[in-house]
Formats: sequence, C-alpha cells, structure tokens
Amino acid sequence: MPETEKKKFDMPHGTDIAWCPACGNFPLLNVVKQSLSELEIDPSNLVLVSGIGQAAKTPQYVHANMYNGLHGRALPSAVGIKLAHRDLVVVAESGDGDMYGEGGNHLTHTIRRNPDITAIVHNNMIYGLTKGQASPTSEQGMQNPLQPDGVVVEPFNPMAVAVALDASFVARANIGDILQTKAILKEALAWKGFALVDVFQPCVVFNKVNTYGWFKEHTYYLPDDYDPTDRQAAFAKACETEKMPIGILYKHERSVYEDALGIMGEHPLYRHTLDTEKFAALVKSFV
Amino acid sequence: MRHFYNDLSIVLGGAAGQGVQTVENILMAVLKREGYQVFACKEYMSRVRGGSNSTEIRLSSKKHRSYVRRIDFLFAMDGNVVEHLSDRISDRTIVFGEQSRIKEYATLAHFIDTPLTKFASEVGNPLYANTVAVGVILGILGAEEKIFHEYLSEFFSRKGQEVVEKNIEAAKKGFQFGKNTAYQEDIELGFPRDDKYAKELLIDGHTALGLGALSGGCNFISSYPMSPGTGVLTFLANKGKRLGVVVDQAEDEISAINMALGASYAGARAMVSTSGGGFDLMQEGVSLAGIIETPIVIHIGMRPGPATGLPTKTEQADLNLALYAGHGEFLRAIYTPGSLEEEVALMRQVFDTADQFQIPVFVLTDQYLLDSLAGMKEESIGVASSKRHIVETTADYARYAYTKDGISPRGIPGFGRGIVKVDSDEHDETGHITESYSVREKMMAKRMKRLAAMTDSAIMPTEIDNVKDADILFVAWGSNKGVLEESLALVRSKKIGGLHFSQAYPINPKVKEVFKGKKIVVMENNHQGQFADLLVRECGVKIVKRITKSTGEPFCVEEIVDELKKYA
Repeated sequence: MPETEKKKFDMPHGTDIAWCPACGNFPLLNVVKQSLSELEIDPSNLVLVSGIGQAAKTPQYVHANMYNGLHGRALPSAVGIKLAHRDLVVVAESGDGDMYGEGGNHLTHTIRRNPDITAIVHNNMIYGLTKGQASPTSEQGMQNPLQPDGVVVEPFNPMAVAVALDASFVARANIGDILQTKAILKEALAWKGFALVDVFQPCVVFNKVNTYGWFKEHTYYLPDDYDPTDRQAAFAKACETEKMPIGILYKHERSVYEDALGIMGEHPLYRHTLDTEKFAALVKSFV
Repeated sequence: MRHFYNDLSIVLGGAAGQGVQTVENILMAVLKREGYQVFACKEYMSRVRGGSNSTEIRLSSKKHRSYVRRIDFLFAMDGNVVEHLSDRISDRTIVFGEQSRIKEYATLAHFIDTPLTKFASEVGNPLYANTVAVGVILGILGAEEKIFHEYLSEFFSRKGQEVVEKNIEAAKKGFQFGKNTAYQEDIELGFPRDDKYAKELLIDGHTALGLGALSGGCNFISSYPMSPGTGVLTFLANKGKRLGVVVDQAEDEISAINMALGASYAGARAMVSTSGGGFDLMQEGVSLAGIIETPIVIHIGMRPGPATGLPTKTEQADLNLALYAGHGEFLRAIYTPGSLEEEVALMRQVFDTADQFQIPVFVLTDQYLLDSLAGMKEESIGVASSKRHIVETTADYARYAYTKDGISPRGIPGFGRGIVKVDSDEHDETGHITESYSVREKMMAKRMKRLAAMTDSAIMPTEIDNVKDADILFVAWGSNKGVLEESLALVRSKKIGGLHFSQAYPINPKVKEVFKGKKIVVMENNHQGQFADLLVRECGVKIVKRITKSTGEPFCVEEIVDELKKYA
C-alpha cells in the first residue's frame, strides 16, 4: 500500500491530541486508521460518530466526516445518519461510560434494530474525562473518588448483554495486541449488521489496577476451533470473568434495519423530492 | 317551537369504547358531503374504556372554528354524560337518549326518549345504535338520505354486504324517528348547503400537520408516542412511507431527537413530535442543534402539566419550555398555528426555515387544535419549493466558514469531496474542537448574527377586524385564533380589534408599531400569561389584562364574548 494511502486518515495539518502521554487511546487510534485504510474506505464516505469522553475525542483526530454529538448518544445519532444515507460507512466510537452507562438504553435498542454500523467501545474500566470515577465496567472493590471504600455494584458485562440480545456481531479485543485488534476491527467493519467491539485499553493516569499487564494476565485468546455461531457457547464464554476471552465471540447474520424498514423512494434522503402525483392522490383521499 | 338557522351545536357524549368516535366520524363525513359547513372538537378522559367523553359538532352558515359552551342538541349514550356535562346543559338544550339508561331524564327541561338500542336490536345487534344516532340527527336536519346511505355503503364495505345492509336499515329507522321528532317537537332547522363544502377535504389537526410536513419535504421522523403528539407520527407511518418518509419509533425521546439530528446532518428533512413531558427529555438535543447548526423541526402537542398533568386535555403552557429549552445561548424559531389551514401552511414552511437558518424550529399546537376536525379547501394544501440549502462540498470545505450573514454553506457527508465535521464542543471553521477564546468569540458572533434575518422575516400577526382604529387589542396565539375571530364578530365593537400570532418567536420588530397607543389584552390557555410576558420583554408593551385559563379546557366563545363586552 502506498504511503499516501496509509496516511489518508491522518489530519492534514497535524493536530494537538488532548490525551495523556502513554494513553491506551493512542495505539487504538492508529489501529482504527490502519483498519480503515486497509479496507480501502474513502474518508469522504465515512462518518465517525461519537459521544463525550476521552475515547469520544477519537474522531477529532481522524481525517473523515465527524459527528461528535452528546454524551451517551453516539448510537442514536449513528442510526439516524445510516437511515438518511445508507451508502455511508458509519462507525460509532466512544468509551465505556458513554456506551454502557449514559447510552445503555440506546445500546440495547440499537442491537435490536441491527443497523449496518460498527461500534468501537474503548473499555478502560474508569472515567478519564471526569477524573477517575468508576465506570459501568469497573470491578467490584475498585477504590475511586466517589466510592472511597470501593465499588459495590456488579460490573456491566457488555459481551453477555450483546449475546443475550442476539447482536449480529460481538467481539472483544485487547489493545495490548495490536495485530489481533486490527484483525478483529477489520472483520467488524466489513460485517453487514451491527457489530460491537469492546476494546480493553488502559487509562494510565486514573486506573492503577487495570493496566496493560493486568489485561494481558486476565485475558486469553479464543481457540482456533471456537464456533462463533453457537449462541449458547458464546453466552458461556461471555460470562467468563476471571480470565476473559479475546476474539470474535458471536456472529449471527440478520437482516439489517435499513433493509427491514423497506425504505422507499429516492435514497439518500438529501436527493428525496416529494412525488407530487402520489401526494395529490393522498390529499384527494380526504375529500 | 325551536328554530336553528345559523348555528347549531350538537354534542355527542358517551363512555370510551361506546362508539362516540364512530358517530362523529360518520356524521361529520355525511354532513360535509351534504354540503354543510362543519367543525368538531372533542374532550376525552385518559382511559380506553369507560369514563365520559364528548364531541361537539357545530353546524353553521358562517365559518366557525371554535368551541361553544352552549349545547343545542345533546346525544347522551348514558346517564354519566348528563352528569359530566351538567353545567353546559340549559333549559334550551334538547337531550336525546334512552329513558331506561338516563335516570336524570325527569330533571331535564327537554328530553326526548330516543330508542337507539331498541332500533339497533330490532335490526339485529345493539352495535348499530351508533348508526341509528347518526340517522336521528340527519332526520331532524332533513338531510338527503341517499348521501347518507352511500356513505354507509363505503364505510362498511370492508365488513361485507350484510353489515352494509343492516347499517342502512338502522339508518332508516333513526332517520324516520328524527324526521317525526322534528315535526312533533316543532324543531326547525335552516342551514345553507353548498356544493363547495361537499368538495372540501375533511381533516383533523394531526392530519393537517402531517400533510403540511409532507408538502414541506419532510422525509424523516423519529419519535416516541405521547398524546397528543402521536397523531402526526401515526399519520406519517401510515401515509408517508409510500412517499419515501423514514419512520423510527425510538426507545425514548432522547434517542428520537438525537437520531433525527443525525439524519438531518446526513441530509434528511427531519422532525420529531412529542408533548411537553417527552420534550423535557429532548432538551439536550435542542442545545446540540444550536451549536452544530443542524436543522430540526420539533412539534410539541401541548397538554396540561406539570409532569403527567391532565394527559388528554388541552393547555398552552409550554411556550416558555420551547423558548428556553436547552442550555447555552443559540437561536430558534417558534411557530404557533391558529387553525388547520395554518398548520398545513406553517408545516410546509418550517422545514425550509430550519434549513435556511440551520436552527431548531418549533411548532406548538395543543390537544384542542389537534383533535379538531373541519372542512378545508383543497387549494390550502400546496407543495413547497424544493430548495434544499445544501451545497456539494469541495476538498477544502469547512462546515462553519465565517460569512457575512452568519450562515455557513451546509455540506453533508457523502455529497462532494469534502469532509463535514460537526462538533458539540466549541469548534473552529472546520468543525475541529477548540478552546481558543478568540475563536469562541467569533463563533458565537457568527451563530447569533443570523437573528437579524430571522427577525426581519418573522411572520406578522394576523389582524382581525379593524386593528388600526381600535383602542384595545385582544391578542391571541396558537389555537385561540378561531375563538377570538368568532367572539369579535359577535361583539362587533369598533373600539376592539384582534391580533393573532402564528409565530411566537422571534417577533417582527414592526409589531411594535401595531401596538403603539393601544391597550393590550392577552388571552392564552395557561396560568401565568407566558406570551404576555414575552410581549413585555420583546416589545416593551404594557398589558392591561391577562385572560388566562388552565382548567384543561379550551376557551369558549361565550367567555371571550363576556371579556370583550367589558371593553366594548
């Protein structure tokens, strides 16, 4: 691949990145850009959608269309974009707080809709932007400014929830392994349907527990003979919490929302014009 | 002897599920086909079965679009109706009902035992009582029976020939009874009939909004059901799909508005529809629309709050909500249609306004207006110009380019070679996040600059009667147009004129000249007088009186006439 192709998602004039040095977001940003390049996606035909948080800043550092909306709302915004212009490649990228906390209800119902969208969730088990509070995926016992004696509630298990809802594509990656993360992301991006990729990625400033080392120790690769189309097996794997599986947990080809809605007429919607004959007939029906 | 020449108020009352709605539908359709001028409005309880609901149908020789407290004919399906409407029943009200079902009949000045279920059972099923009732009314009116039968054949055709025939049989029995009653009771009705009314469209407020939205190029709606905002969503789901409208029933209102904004960013003409409580959840999206300069149309069908309030009743108490929704400072426009015709016309226009200025645009209606039903000229429904206010982007495109009027050419992703970045953070011309004070200052100025053009093009209020020479101006907004028009026509005082605002914000600066030297009375369906406050703020006027009502009912002609008489 020529150098220019590799760099086509780089910001044209460079940019001041607001993350802390050694943040797990940096390698993930690079992997996302590489995956998009290798899939030969055109930046002007790609929309990166995000909510709010450190992870949600990712689209700021990519040369592509961007919709940086509100906290928790990456998925509804992404669904709206897809329904208005289905030929666009739509990727929602945000953190665990955004996707699983503030936007938890939207995750549930986006899985049910199954639009052809990829959701990349930076899962560092902590709130970075608001300085170190627990996230929905923080483990019990983690001490933080709001639970000085440690988190008492159960962590949210996005993989188990997604498989339970029969999500079309469910995967988990660990940014500690860049090559494997890229392989998973590329498959998710190419998947037709809603693809959820939860990426373990350390917050080096606020999370002193879930470090690069911790993620390595607490994960393992799904074996080569693992069958991701077996939902029961996938659910069992998703429920493992001592050592968590990395790889594509579950795949189920389902009809995508934009097809199932049976969208009629001119699409994308910016080219839509009112069919005046049909409209006149509709008006007449009220005589 | 009772004569009704220019104006007749028929009220149909019954429990939910008893078929009052069916009677209204058939009666309104037949009356219109017969060439009568009709208007209907309704009030109902928040329950699917039981309770006591009523519909008022007005037949008039002049065009009336308002609610009157007076009842000339009351069709009571049961005794609860008489109790529920007791303060509207006078000695002059003729009550029709079955003596066996209405224990209060002896207390009524004028009660006519009407064998609705008896006739229906004779035909074969008590369900035909609704058709009998329509027959009685048409018989009294001396309507053309043939048109009635034709309509029944169409209305019930899906249910088979037997049902059609039974209905016609029930209709004949009711009609004959009505005719005999009119003769025996010496009831005389004389209303002009005109073919032009027969050719009109018969539509309600929900349909008017929906047709207006379609004609304005709306092609996307995402919403969560909430009365009375659901009607337009249902309309577009049923009638819009074949015209290319994408409809999503969202998991909540937060999702609905964020989805609609995403769609709008990608080039859709998007709207959401809800009521005050649902809109509370949407406020973050209004603020987002403000900073990302993405057009959106927001319909709020108002009902009384706070919280769940009176879910099926009417109020105009969410003007402040629309006016101040969303944190931070940004621009918006608020439209307040006063009639079914204005609903169509404004909905046709608002998508263009939203696109032109790249702002959130509100349309405020209420239960009363949405659930009202009337004839409308077909010509009232035109199709808007298809100007989209979208540019094909070039490689150097910047979404928030500084311009003279503050309006940056709007590109959308996938149309052209450019990159379109929108950002809820403060951003530079390319849409990239910034914390620069100087960029912030320029961006705020750019966004706010659009107000000048918005204000200059704001719709002037409609003048009712002679505003120029009047000393006193009665001011209304939204659904109170009809009641003000009719009341002014009844009082006929040269001293009083009326003004109706179909755009509540921004207010055209020329309005100040209209107000100059006048005493101003503001009438609105809320407790505090929210529009009066806005007029004070925007026009610096003094309000001599605020006529407010927050019972959950609309104003009636009688009470506005009383208010006008104080100044006549």
